[in-house]
Amino acid sequence: MSPKKIVQKSLEQHLDLIAICDHNTAENAAATLREGTRQGVAVLPGMEICSKEEVHLVALFNNIEDTLKMQEYVYAHLPGKNQPEVFGHQVVADEHDQVLGENPRLLIGATQLSLLDIVEKAHHLGGICISAHVDRPSYSLIGQLGFIPEDLHLDAVEVSYRVPLEKALTEVVGISDYPCVTSSDAHFLHDIGKVWTEFVLAAPTLQEIRMALAGTEGRRILSDT
Amino acid sequence: MTVKDVVEKFDLTVAAGQSGLDREVMDGYCGDLLSEIMGNAPAGCAWMTVQGHQNIVAVAVLREMAAIVITGGQTPDDETVQKADQEGIPILQWPDSSFSLAGRFFSAGIGNLATK
Repeated sequence: MSPKKIVQKSLEQHLDLIAICDHNTAENAAATLREGTRQGVAVLPGMEICSKEEVHLVALFNNIEDTLKMQEYVYAHLPGKNQPEVFGHQVVADEHDQVLGENPRLLIGATQLSLLDIVEKAHHLGGICISAHVDRPSYSLIGQLGFIPEDLHLDAVEVSYRVPLEKALTEVVGISDYPCVTSSDAHFLHDIGKVWTEFVLAAPTLQEIRMALAGTEGRRILSDT
Repeated sequence: MTVKDVVEKFDLTVAAGQSGLDREVMDGYCGDLLSEIMGNAPAGCAWMTVQGHQNIVAVAVLREMAAIVITGGQTPDDETVQKADQEGIPILQWPDSSFSLAGRFFSAGIGNLATK
């Protein structure tokens, strides 16, 4: 997916705010932020990080600088080299759809970081952590670890497009104790806008999202598709 | 065979839960998806997994297991060791694969194939 086309598709789908969360990397976030600014879509930088328990966590940050600090932490604990013929090419592109290079790391792999390590580091950098696709059997917190650990200070849980949120809330044990959002987890352009979450915010920023998840000062989750 | 017997026979390392070493090992189970283990692991089993997260202790208590064996040279998290000590669930370590230890279990008559 090119940064330019991601932003264009988001506009077509009437999305005001999107997040770029590549697997264990954030090297394509900056270009998408710049393109979003140009075309009028707010873009939050982040990563979908795979813990050593093989649980996927979405970490979102206020700015590129903090995101790149998280990336540095992840890279320091991410073993392996990519095999493009097996896992595909991991292209880094700019907002003009020019390929800048290829990421040689095994981004599909798991880090050697625990869930606790990842959540603590993300919080330390001013970010938030969302447990990804909790309704799924693979790479989800509940699939891998059976239930949500009490000491894990998640900011929210994410339900995938495959299950309506209402259904997930009754069927996935324990998630109703957390703020629940739903998002497309788009891996292809045609996935963008498949589902979304509506928030009441004063501005499309991470700080406002944080307030909405906590339900403070009038900010809140309005509805999920 | 008790957990202590298993530890001595296969030269396992005890990482936590010393107080549970007299538990009887009646069966074995292998797996790393805790959602699956929670539904299927037999009572009295020694469970072989590469997961070291503290949730493994809760799963072992739930399924009334004899012990947890962390395989593949993986290690339990600090919180996991604390929980296992509290619950008296032995956590053992085995440097090789779950497969290789499971084979030794069968050879020793644990989880007799004829009764499966």
